[in-house]
Amino acid sequence: MEYFLNDQQQMMRDLARKIAEERILPVRAELDEKEEFPWDIIRELANSDMFRIFVPEEYEGLGGGCLDLCIVVEELSRVCSAVAVSYAAVDLGIIPLVQFGTHEQKQKYLPDIAAGKKLAAFAVTEATAGSDASAIKTTAQRVSGGYVINGTKQFITNGGEAELYTVIVSTDRTKGARGASAILVEKGTPGFTFGKKEKKMGIRASATRELVFKDCFVPEENLLVREGMGFIITMKLFDKSRPGIGAQAVGVAQGALEAATEYAKHRIQFGHPIIAIQAVQHLLADMAIQVEAARSLVYATARTVDSGVKEVSKESAMAKVFASDVAMKVTTDAVQVLGGAGFMRDYPAEKMMRDAKITQIFEGTNQVLRNVIALELRKSKSR
Amino acid sequence: MNIVVCIKQVPGTTQVKIDPATNTLVRQGVESILNPFDAYALEEGVRLKERFGGKVTAISMGPPQADKMLREAISLGADQAVLLSDREFAGSDTLATSYTLSQAVRNIKEYDLVICGRQTIDGDTGQTGPEMAEMLGLPFVAYVSKVEDAANGTLRVQRLVDEGHEVILLPLPAVITVTKEINVPRLPSLRGMAKSKSAQIPVWTAADIEADKQSIGRAGSATVVVKTFSPERVRRGQVLQGTVEEQLEALVGKLKETMII
Repeated sequence: MEYFLNDQQQMMRDLARKIAEERILPVRAELDEKEEFPWDIIRELANSDMFRIFVPEEYEGLGGGCLDLCIVVEELSRVCSAVAVSYAAVDLGIIPLVQFGTHEQKQKYLPDIAAGKKLAAFAVTEATAGSDASAIKTTAQRVSGGYVINGTKQFITNGGEAELYTVIVSTDRTKGARGASAILVEKGTPGFTFGKKEKKMGIRASATRELVFKDCFVPEENLLVREGMGFIITMKLFDKSRPGIGAQAVGVAQGALEAATEYAKHRIQFGHPIIAIQAVQHLLADMAIQVEAARSLVYATARTVDSGVKEVSKESAMAKVFASDVAMKVTTDAVQVLGGAGFMRDYPAEKMMRDAKITQIFEGTNQVLRNVIALELRKSKSR
Repeated sequence: MNIVVCIKQVPGTTQVKIDPATNTLVRQGVESILNPFDAYALEEGVRLKERFGGKVTAISMGPPQADKMLREAISLGADQAVLLSDREFAGSDTLATSYTLSQAVRNIKEYDLVICGRQTIDGDTGQTGPEMAEMLGLPFVAYVSKVEDAANGTLRVQRLVDEGHEVILLPLPAVITVTKEINVPRLPSLRGMAKSKSAQIPVWTAADIEADKQSIGRAGSATVVVKTFSPERVRRGQVLQGTVEEQLEALVGKLKETMII
């Protein structure tokens, strides 16, 4: 399919694919097995300027948009979703800063992010606040010159590995969602420590950890915009970032489709390769249709985000929901095509199936996102 | 430290075809790649620049299409690149190639170190590096597996030999060839790729490098490829009979007969 990528986007895709195939593929099974954060690969990505893509040009980035990120995430996820997530979570961590930060805040943090010297993370989820982001209990109390943060964030991607955290805190518990604020916290700030590292079903090489704040003082210049903007910042962030999850889903589905096709060409049963069997052919054909449809929707949505239109909640929710459901279906079918081998950890299909599942859950479960889509439908004027 | 890295475009396949008329490689229709050994040379040049400052110039003698590979060299960290291309260079053997490259290095003037890969994967001779050193009248170390340090106009390197490593100190300017143990070449960067697209890559002809016409191309080649063929593999095994002593006797006799010992 022709997606009319420009020269720079083709270059990004080629380079991301090269990194994925030459550097990630040989170690992906080991990374998954050991649940080890892929620092060597992060460094390769940094050296290849991949972290510059989503940083504005004035802060030593390449000023790329949502589609540029999606292209890279898809290529990385095609080989290993855990690496793709670790990469994309850095973008997630800095989008609020890029969108809402002051020049001083950006100047302080973004050049190091662009160079890949420091990673970033975004933290909203808590034990009692997931889909209901307004239920956060982590507080930031106003004191002279700054805020004192108390509380625990959980399931934070890049937790422990990142240097910069965009944390959603409550600055006024009486106001609920309107009392939420976004604040930048650096690793190493006294009172800021990391809790347990989660053991996960998939994307196991990525780091998922608790952030623990105990009387953690953060200077006031770390606040994004002003108090009470936390919830809006979060919603705007997810509108922009969800196509990236869609791209992660497309990538893992593409990888699974390729693995299944390759296996079907070489697996001989009843005297011929199983790809000659119509039941298998139709399975593969359906997988291919779904992957391409998901890619089309994700790219179109990313272009919509890049066009600068104000309201993209519905579109980005649709791209994320559709692509992640496709990823789950296609990776499950890939395991089926590989049969017994698909169930074995020596083959890549089962990892892809495990890795795909999270795309239906994080950055808004597909159920909550269907609510978002339905809400937009209800709000729309009848013609 | 200013470094010149000599690189070559080679067929990116093992399915090489030989032109029956000229007995040289058919390059048309075959994807060309940067000679893998030269990638180590380029990477080492870029690393030395990063350690000690200076700049890296990649040079290659080849057809106009080699421009693509030189741009790749820039995306991998070379500061500039020069293509040596002229019909007069055609048909060069290693002697003529070494002469041409040496003239180009002379033309660059400001250089402290010339780095080559240990050999190419098409010609496989490993002669160009040492021949260049001879022609430039510079100290030379082959099979460098590590550059330890550069200080006070000298270079401290390790050379891979059968028994281990030799540590050699040599004055600069110098020529070295490197092995694949020396580093892991980096992948290109997006900024490097963008730079490589817009880079100006000058083409130097025989006249530009003041080359002696009798020393370049076919005229300057001391060797002619008469025939290129895949050798027939003949394996003849022989099982020695008798007691251990008798077998030993027979074995030693065979080895002496074939002048192995």
